[in-house]
Amino acid sequence: MSARVGVVTFPGSLDDGDASRAVRIAGGDAVGLWHADADLHGVDAVILPGGFSYGDYLRGGAIARFAPVMQAIADAVRDGLPVLGICNGFQILCEAHILPGALIRNQHMHFRARDQRLRIEAVQPVWTNAFNDSQEVVIPIKHGEGRYVADERTLDELEANGQVIARYVGGNPNGAQRDIAAVSNAAGNVVGIMPHPEHAVDALTGPSTDGLSFFTSMLKFLAGRPASEASAAGGPA
Amino acid sequence: MTIQPEVTDVVVDEFDGGPDTVQRAAATPEELQPYAELGLRDDEYERIREVLGRRPTQSELAMYSIMWSEHCSYKSSKVHLRQFGEKAPPSDKLLAGIGENAGVIQISDGVAVTFKVESHNHPSYVEPYQGAATGVGGIVRDILAMGARPVAVMDPLRFGAADHEDTARVLPGVVGGIGGYGNSLGLPNIGGEVVFDPCYQGNPLVNALCLGVLPVDRLQNKAAAGPGNIVVLMGAKTGRDGIGGVSVLASATFDSGSEQRRPSVQVGDPFMEKLLIEACLELYDDRRVVGIQDLGGAGLTCALTETAAAAGTGMKVELDQVPLREPSMEPQEILASESQERMLLIVEPEQLEAVLKTAARWGVLATAIGEVTPPGPDGLPGRLTITWRGHTVVDVPPGSLADDGPVYARPMREPSDLILLQADRAETLPRPSTPDALRETVLRMIASPNLCDKTWVTEQYDRYVLGNTVLAQPEDAGVIRIDERTGLGVALSVDGNGRYARLDPYAGAKLALAEAYRNVAVTGAKPLAVTNCLNFGSPEDPAVMWQFAEAVRGLADGCAELGIPVTGGNVSFYNQTGAAAIHPTPVVGVLGVLDDVAQRVPMGFPKPANPEGDIIFLLGETQLELSGSEWAWVSHEHLGGVPPKVDLAREKALAGLLAEAARVGHLTAAHDLSDGGLAQVLVEACLRRGIGARIALPEEFTAGSMPFVFLFSESAGRAMVSVPHGQEKAFTALCTEQGVPWTALGVTDENGGQLDVRDQFTIGLDELREAHTATLPRLFGA
Repeated sequence: MSARVGVVTFPGSLDDGDASRAVRIAGGDAVGLWHADADLHGVDAVILPGGFSYGDYLRGGAIARFAPVMQAIADAVRDGLPVLGICNGFQILCEAHILPGALIRNQHMHFRARDQRLRIEAVQPVWTNAFNDSQEVVIPIKHGEGRYVADERTLDELEANGQVIARYVGGNPNGAQRDIAAVSNAAGNVVGIMPHPEHAVDALTGPSTDGLSFFTSMLKFLAGRPASEASAAGGPA
Repeated sequence: MTIQPEVTDVVVDEFDGGPDTVQRAAATPEELQPYAELGLRDDEYERIREVLGRRPTQSELAMYSIMWSEHCSYKSSKVHLRQFGEKAPPSDKLLAGIGENAGVIQISDGVAVTFKVESHNHPSYVEPYQGAATGVGGIVRDILAMGARPVAVMDPLRFGAADHEDTARVLPGVVGGIGGYGNSLGLPNIGGEVVFDPCYQGNPLVNALCLGVLPVDRLQNKAAAGPGNIVVLMGAKTGRDGIGGVSVLASATFDSGSEQRRPSVQVGDPFMEKLLIEACLELYDDRRVVGIQDLGGAGLTCALTETAAAAGTGMKVELDQVPLREPSMEPQEILASESQERMLLIVEPEQLEAVLKTAARWGVLATAIGEVTPPGPDGLPGRLTITWRGHTVVDVPPGSLADDGPVYARPMREPSDLILLQADRAETLPRPSTPDALRETVLRMIASPNLCDKTWVTEQYDRYVLGNTVLAQPEDAGVIRIDERTGLGVALSVDGNGRYARLDPYAGAKLALAEAYRNVAVTGAKPLAVTNCLNFGSPEDPAVMWQFAEAVRGLADGCAELGIPVTGGNVSFYNQTGAAAIHPTPVVGVLGVLDDVAQRVPMGFPKPANPEGDIIFLLGETQLELSGSEWAWVSHEHLGGVPPKVDLAREKALAGLLAEAARVGHLTAAHDLSDGGLAQVLVEACLRRGIGARIALPEEFTAGSMPFVFLFSESAGRAMVSVPHGQEKAFTALCTEQGVPWTALGVTDENGGQLDVRDQFTIGLDELREAHTATLPRLFGA
């Protein structure tokens, strides 16, 4: 049976359909999760998709972090649930303090969408095991608040612990500190990424298929786990 | 979670002597009313009194003044627009046409698409960000009202001179607003136009197109059928914003001492619209609504009267039920408000609870505000009665507002300067005739504001969301995959050329149609349907009215010749400052179908499979046609002569050839020739993927200034294509068979890194890119 990957829909989520499609193309089963439902329905991993949850009023992700589903995710993360936050999902994870740092308004103040070159900085077991070390990939970005910031000590720690997952190359699109495009938590099961790997899974509709490896990495990781560890909330409900 | 917390309403019992009720209106026939200030003529006011058999109440007067305004009633344009229906080729694919919120075209057994373009010109000049943002919101609701999920947007934009200081205010705001709203809705922006011309200085044109997709059996209509059914208002609360947005109400005074005025530009909330979309789609799928109409221009007034009129029913509405942002709003304000993100639903009583539940699930306010009432005795349509605080303030036949507005055959006269303008031909201007001058002209032209790279604009739009964007700007047409299983998809392009239309509005409209048609055809799609946004000056100026009539005639004739119907559109008049009108600017959108989007043809030369390169062909014939051209404007600030000839039979043959060639895999790239001619197309095709080209000019275009003519003439009916090595014979045979003239131009060159035109010039791709991409960042900041 293929892994069940939850994709959360908040009011204002936009790339939830794309994330589900990417999961399917990678070979997993996408399971819709609703923001108001604290039950994770026994999924094996979760994706927080891009969009403008709750209109991004106040700050991107600031309201979504309080959604019932986020409380459940925060708990499951401690038990090792793989979580990928894409764009707005990354913002939510930072607002929830599941990931360090913050994402603020792009330095140039414009929303920017472009095909972005990235370098994969850490090949780690959960989300990037299908990449090569220092592999360069092309994945679209599209955001107005994607400038990653943290204090110097945190940044140093992230670098030292291999938690910087990807960096912008060929031009920093938003002014992110140290060109950071993606980071993980210390345990490595949670990754937040500003670019959109779900938009680079099919040559017909994306600039590359480079993004697919994030999803296949996670499925490979889940397939390799002993059965007793599988699924976050005690098996299918 | 409650998205819209309830505010405690402040109850205002009385204001200035109580409302002007129907009873009071009947009793005070002589009371003076400010109808002229509201834009109604004496005879129009008299007609209202005749219809009602008394003077209108204050609320009724407001409603008539809005619904009988140019924007809502099409009173100046109606007599001309009839041609779109009369001349349209018969089509069994058209499920809904002109007069609906948007035209609906069936593209497979179970699937239909709907598309429409509208203007939001005036608000975008006053407040660029919100004006443009709510323009997107408005067209999206039109598409939603047909039962469709909106899946893409496009924005044809026209601004004043690129280096004018006010353009630096308007353009960034408009682009920010379109991005801010469309991106937040999760709609890919797949194309459009960015055009600069001094004629748009005080009158920027901000047009917005939306594409939607629906299962054929989910088609909705606006008729408020079924007496006893409930009228539900869903979405944002009603505020004082946007009152008179479409009409003249903002310039009139109901109460000149009032401090309650708000700017007449609406304020958008894309988050609310996103929730509204999801809630509506869920209601459609669950078969919860009988009828639905979006609230746009003219707000509740328009939605109530149109839904009732469409069904011939009446309606009883309690304005006290309408959730208000400002509880002190008066009835005529509630009726005229253009607050955004609202829809009017007609639901059966037993469905009401389920409807309210779905709305609540999405955090959207939904409120029953009235009910449908039976038609009158003797088969007469029903009446719309509206109460407020227990008083009847409106009692009208809804059709008198929605359908039976005034219709005028305005006087028309050819502009007095046209003969002289047409005599001043650009073909007589001095032309570059040396290789150096030609090289310099190429670099200058590709850097000019209208021909330069538009990434500065399009980088602010999300093109990827929804995961079905197969082609987007700067491609000739946007291509959206509709069916993931079969690959069925649509191609869309919007085009217009105000300069051509200024020189000859009849030909200009046909040329705009031809260009959009060709842009769709180069992707390999079969053009199927047309929408339009007709941007003109004041209809009260006979010269403008003549331009309008000619453009409509041209577009209607053109559609008939091409065999594709106009499915809907929009007219925007009064785009003028003082006596100076904009160039007549018909903007035409064409939608085509691709059976399999995997076969779409991109505009840029790809890496060739064969090291010898792909073979480049020019299709169509090049004449000496420079009047109205981009070159004449950039090099000489010249506008005169007659625009390029348009031959729609040739366009049709070209489109047929392109579709067939794409289907059998002859094309690796195809690019439409229009503004800037062949030079522009060569540069764009090279820069798209960084592939160079080696070109040789045909014999008859080698002497004197003929190389320039070949590269910069804007003759219509042409496209440039690249064909894989080895397929050129089969391809040219197909051209001959389909009656399309072809010229072999040269080959693509993967390793050369340059555009080489033999005996003329060689320019490195880096130099071309630098010239092409630097202009907008220089003008509007990095």
